[in-house]
Amino acid sequence: MTPDLGFWTLQTLNALQLSMLLFLLSIGLTVIFGLMHFVNLAHGALYALGAYFAATIASTAGFWVALLVAPLGVAIVGMALYGGLISRMRKSGPMAQVLVTFGLIFVLLDLTRIIWGDLALAINTPAALSGRVEIFGTGYPAYRLFIIALGAAIFSALALILSRTQIGAMIRAGVDNDAMAACMGINVERLFFIVFCVGCALAGLAGAVAAPLLSVTPGMGLEILIPTLIVIVIGGLGSLKGAIAGSLIYGFVQTFGAVLLPGIASILIYALLAAVLLLKPVGLFPAKG
Amino acid sequence: MKKTLTAALTGLATILGAQSALADKLNIGLLLPFSGVYAALGTEIEAGFRLGLEHFGDDLGVDLNIIREDTEVNPANGLARARKLVMQDRADVLVGIVSSGVLGAIRDFVHGAQVPLIVANAGNDEATGERCSPYITRLSFSSGQVNRPMGRWMAEQGITRVYTLGADYAAGRQMIGGFTETFTAAGGEIVGQGWTPFQQTQDFGPYLAQARASGAEAIYVFYAGGEAIAFVNQYDSFGMAETMPLYGSGFLTSQLYINAQGESANGVITALHYVPTADNPENVAFIEAFEASIGRLPSEYGVHGYDAARALTDAIRAGARDRASLANALRMTSFDGPRGATSIDPATNNIVQPIFVYETVTGETGAMTQNILATLPAEADPVNGCAMPAPATN
Repeated sequence: MTPDLGFWTLQTLNALQLSMLLFLLSIGLTVIFGLMHFVNLAHGALYALGAYFAATIASTAGFWVALLVAPLGVAIVGMALYGGLISRMRKSGPMAQVLVTFGLIFVLLDLTRIIWGDLALAINTPAALSGRVEIFGTGYPAYRLFIIALGAAIFSALALILSRTQIGAMIRAGVDNDAMAACMGINVERLFFIVFCVGCALAGLAGAVAAPLLSVTPGMGLEILIPTLIVIVIGGLGSLKGAIAGSLIYGFVQTFGAVLLPGIASILIYALLAAVLLLKPVGLFPAKG
Repeated sequence: MKKTLTAALTGLATILGAQSALADKLNIGLLLPFSGVYAALGTEIEAGFRLGLEHFGDDLGVDLNIIREDTEVNPANGLARARKLVMQDRADVLVGIVSSGVLGAIRDFVHGAQVPLIVANAGNDEATGERCSPYITRLSFSSGQVNRPMGRWMAEQGITRVYTLGADYAAGRQMIGGFTETFTAAGGEIVGQGWTPFQQTQDFGPYLAQARASGAEAIYVFYAGGEAIAFVNQYDSFGMAETMPLYGSGFLTSQLYINAQGESANGVITALHYVPTADNPENVAFIEAFEASIGRLPSEYGVHGYDAARALTDAIRAGARDRASLANALRMTSFDGPRGATSIDPATNNIVQPIFVYETVTGETGAMTQNILATLPAEADPVNGCAMPAPATN
């Protein structure tokens, strides 16, 4: 009856798995915001779109193809959004941007309903990852370990790109001071476009990865939006470190809150959010000091 | 200018037309969620309802005018839509309501306005208990009704220690509560209970790990919709079926979701008031017609709509033509439908129906299907503080 080592290991893995899923979503949103000062509330809708693309592709071509193609598909949708809407909204104030992308959530939500219907879809876990890995005497689903590994890999890759490559240096310069970066000869607009597309692709990847774990419903984008925003506010805007820290805090508070304090689990994270806003309004690791 | 005038004249003609129609036309207000998380349920209930009117309503000699309104899953919006249907559209009867929250919000209005309401889903126990009304008749189920027989049945199977898990909102509490009540009365022990925040939980991993650590023999759960699909898939991925078999209220493995759950649902045992494999001629006919018009098997939601149409047409056939006589006649509903012998208990206005215990299994074609393990006899809900005059019989 008493929870043992296996139990706590399991819960730690659960927390890590949730954190990594949120990281994939929040990193795109936070860097877009940090670089472009643009609030893209439709980010959650792109995540849902990624899950629907994956569900459709997986039913014919299998999971692994879906995992590759769905993020590309979402990136293409992102390009269209950027060209048609977002590049025009760059100069308008944050309120107009919030309203437009908020409206976009419902447009995309109803589009998914029209195309895929109201019934929830699901993807089977790929055969190679459908088993369980034995950890301290209890089995843990291999697919969840895959999510943790994928999140960690993406984090390392992004950390390397941002700190070691030229484009990473350009992005950091752009986040720091975009006017100055432009004066130094960096094509900031093109940088924005690339970052926006990569952010969208990561949202699509998160959707495709989440699809076998959760159910694919039109409302999934709205459900994930609030946790993602909480992650960004806690972690601080625009930084990779903030996104990973915020995700880990959210994942662990949510998972262990549910285990240790089930009565207040659902408000715990909001209490933490309020505390962060009071004590450090810019978040724990903001890109700019 | 000309267009405006035409529009105004058409509007006027509609109003006059509506008023001149007396007894040979009834306005039916359909109050269902066509958007939001329950949109799939609303769509299926409407499909079942229209199919029912087609089957039972073509020889009534009464023109049935259906007006649809979208309640979403929003109590305030549901109330506004109900007012619009009653006051502006002059609905003679309201049909629908998926969310218990919406039902709670419109109960006083419907009761006060004396408009009959046929509930085609929402299962909160109070609506046919302490907050019952002679104008509200429920053709779907009550939360306790679906789960109480399962507590006794599981105890009879020799299961003594159970962990329960459910979505933390009114329906979840009532569903799990109904099970707990009869299971402990039959000598079983609840070794632990988990409640997951409603509509905020997508990952059940932490809760499943806790259930596993409880050392129970079995787990009994209530989930519906997207949560049901995610829960069953995740339960399966943790490999818990070997040590802790999954039982629950049958919304968990509704026909609406088992295709998305697939093999994960294999072996799950649940209880519900309708399964597509129910063996009776009315069900065979219903399934054939539903498949022909919608292209897939119906779930319990389709039956709610179908039976609501049956109850309404029976009442009209018995001579009811206005709000008061419809409300009275609906309370005396009794027929053999797809679920078996179905009737309304005039003491609470809740439906009395058998409960099916079924195992979800892989069918011959590879699609998931239901294998009925037991049909538990119909029993009327306890009165639960409901007091209202008996229906007039003349």
